[in-house]
Amino acid sequence: MTDIATMPQPVSFGRRLKRFMADRPPIPLIILLIILVVILQILRPGIVNERWIANTAKFAIPLAILAGCQTMTMLTGGIDLSVGTVATMSAFIMATQIVNQDPTVAFLLAMLPAVLIGLVNGIGVGVFRVHPLIMTLGTSLIGTGFLQVYQRTVIASGAKIPGFLNWLGTGLTYGFPNALFLFVPVAVLIVFMLNRTGFGRLLYAVGDNERAARLSGVRYWQVITALYVLSSLLAGITGLLYIGLIKAPSLSLAEPLVLPSVAAAVIGGTSIFGGRGGYTGTIIGALILTVLTTLLTILQMPEGGRRILFGFIVLFVTAAYLRIVEDR
Amino acid sequence: MTTNPSPQSPLLDATGVAKNYGAVAALRNASLSVLPGEVHALMGANGAGKSTLVKILTGAIKSEAGRILIRGQQLDVRSPADARRAGLLPVYQEPALIPDLDVLSNLRLTGTPVEPFRAWVRELGIPDLDIRETARHIPLAVLRVLDLARALAVEPDVLLLDEMTAALPANLAEKVLEVVRRQGDAGRSVIFISHRFVEISALCDRATVLRDGSTVGVVDIEPGIEERIVEMMLGTRIEKTRVTARAANDVVIAGGGRPRLSVRNLQLGTKLNDVSFDLANGEVAGVFALEGQGQEELFAALAGSIRPTGGSIDVDGAPVKFSHPSDAIQAGIAYVPGDRAEALAMQRSVRENIALPFSAALRKWGPIRMRREQVVVSGAIGRLQIDTRAQGEVQRLSGGNQQKVTIARWIAANARTILCFDPTRGIDVGTKQEIYKLLRELAGQGKSVLFYTSEMEEVQRVCDRVIVIFGGRVVDTFPVEEADEAALMRAAYGLPRGAKADVGILAEVKPGSNAEAAS
Repeated sequence: MTDIATMPQPVSFGRRLKRFMADRPPIPLIILLIILVVILQILRPGIVNERWIANTAKFAIPLAILAGCQTMTMLTGGIDLSVGTVATMSAFIMATQIVNQDPTVAFLLAMLPAVLIGLVNGIGVGVFRVHPLIMTLGTSLIGTGFLQVYQRTVIASGAKIPGFLNWLGTGLTYGFPNALFLFVPVAVLIVFMLNRTGFGRLLYAVGDNERAARLSGVRYWQVITALYVLSSLLAGITGLLYIGLIKAPSLSLAEPLVLPSVAAAVIGGTSIFGGRGGYTGTIIGALILTVLTTLLTILQMPEGGRRILFGFIVLFVTAAYLRIVEDR
Repeated sequence: MTTNPSPQSPLLDATGVAKNYGAVAALRNASLSVLPGEVHALMGANGAGKSTLVKILTGAIKSEAGRILIRGQQLDVRSPADARRAGLLPVYQEPALIPDLDVLSNLRLTGTPVEPFRAWVRELGIPDLDIRETARHIPLAVLRVLDLARALAVEPDVLLLDEMTAALPANLAEKVLEVVRRQGDAGRSVIFISHRFVEISALCDRATVLRDGSTVGVVDIEPGIEERIVEMMLGTRIEKTRVTARAANDVVIAGGGRPRLSVRNLQLGTKLNDVSFDLANGEVAGVFALEGQGQEELFAALAGSIRPTGGSIDVDGAPVKFSHPSDAIQAGIAYVPGDRAEALAMQRSVRENIALPFSAALRKWGPIRMRREQVVVSGAIGRLQIDTRAQGEVQRLSGGNQQKVTIARWIAANARTILCFDPTRGIDVGTKQEIYKLLRELAGQGKSVLFYTSEMEEVQRVCDRVIVIFGGRVVDTFPVEEADEAALMRAAYGLPRGAKADVGILAEVKPGSNAEAAS
């Protein structure tokens, strides 16, 4: 292997730039994020300050964690549409149970539906081979139904937001949002898991070529079941964080985050067909979506126009990004 | 058995047909001439060009040279529909009915008349077919018969049957052969592709033999002709016979000569019937077979991919039942499939692909010890001399290097037994040599290798012993010294060993009986 032909050939600047970015997938995303922030600053001079940054981070974090669920499931060629329902359920149960229960008990009760839904998703997808889209959509509807039933039983007791979640969701420490205390360990853990653990390797391998994984001795159902339980647990924790941020328990609390979480993972470069992607890109994707929402709000467009524009931008960014990264 | 002796002009006459795939010549100069009312066998070893010729005749691909006349008229067959209009209808090995439609809808789709179809189905030995049944729920053997009935129902002038009796139970096969025979008697022609001399002798009037993409002879089928046909398929190569005994063949048998793998009476549906053999430690045992004789199923069963329906597998003397490939891996048996796309995560790195089995078990899901993994993986990479310039994604490697990765995985995992299914398919000569050398080295270290190949040359280069499979049975096992090309070819076609002096098995066969040649 010493005969590598190192021919010095003139490469155009554009081509070199493209290559550079293709080798480091997060870089074009970071550039896009910076461009968006600059546009924002131009449109509304002075808006980009410490408070704005903290606020953006606060809203981006729940989205980023849910997008982490999508990233992990998408790596195996799946998707988890039940994250919104799971987050809502755990938030709602927490807020109602804390009234009469010990916080630990309330927490465990809140995480119970998350584990159950994750388990059902995992077994459905991994053992019975139901398509993840259908499976998670189904459990999501079932979960919502249960939540409605549950709501009637606790209607008398009322709800409150535990002080701790309030602190976590909205508080600041030295100007940094407290949500980072939750997010940083979660993000580090996900990145570490995907790159440096056997389980992470298997997520990529199963998504890339399930047959090859099987021939290497991987049992698909084990990987998939563990994955969906993990995804649901993360969604449940996100729900607790989100209720601390929004402070108004409702039956559709986290539902609006579901599709943006998928979009954040896709913008972040995770292939929806599996086997390719990572969490770093997803985090930046979540930031991009949050900044974009602010930008469109500032433009004072009517809600309809904002949504249309949002959709177009998501499509455009994804297509452009894939062109940059996949052309080698 | 009547023949059609009148000197008629041929119904189908193809001459000088050639086809290249890139630099590879699949057909050089093939010809095939079929008389009205004859059943004509098309024969040739693996890779001789049979399937390419069939595809050209039926319009699936276009030839680059040559002329095809049907009833004396030059015909430009551009599509399967053209071939159909010209009266040429194929029945392929793979069932052609659309699985999600019922039989009746499938018939409508091809404009097949229903009543004649039903009559043929009854004739072919299936009295109670429900044509409202969805094709997916019909057993494979019946599907093949339905394909044939569908073709017969439109009364084609030339019927092209590709390994028609493979995977058919004996009673159905017998009916099929009978019907095909009567086609000939009724003045229609049949091109019959088969590896089974027994059927050919019972059925066919003449045979065209292909070798390396050219027609090397057309012979009348008569008792004793199988020897000539084998000679023609081998060509000049028959001269090169004796194989020197392998020097490094003194197998160090550990564990008191107990075989590493012992397979007894293995059965799998209609694909494998009664396969028995042993694999010793320190041995490379070759499996030689024509296409589709059950070798895929044998390897899949040994690798734990599919469960056999009967028989037993013993590893180191203890019986095992594999329900998942991980069970086989646990027992130290690794499977390298012939299709690299089946074994590799193409978007992942060389390292991840090689290390994949390490993470498979539940208790290995935790943090990876990166440094130790690096050492193991680079050891395997070095041993196989994988070119790692494009190691970021396996799909960017050359085919030969990809194949090396599939093997390196099991070198790194230190598997004691490696099942290699045609590992040198479609890779360059240099890499082939390296793989041969590696397999010999593994045997030298006391590991055992089961090596399926469709190339006779590889048997002689790599194997200590060869197991020949035909029609889902082990028909012969012999040491490599006796495995010259003629012997291999004869065995692969189910002809008995050393029977040249005999009258030949064609003298006393009944139609439909299965070839069974024990040594």
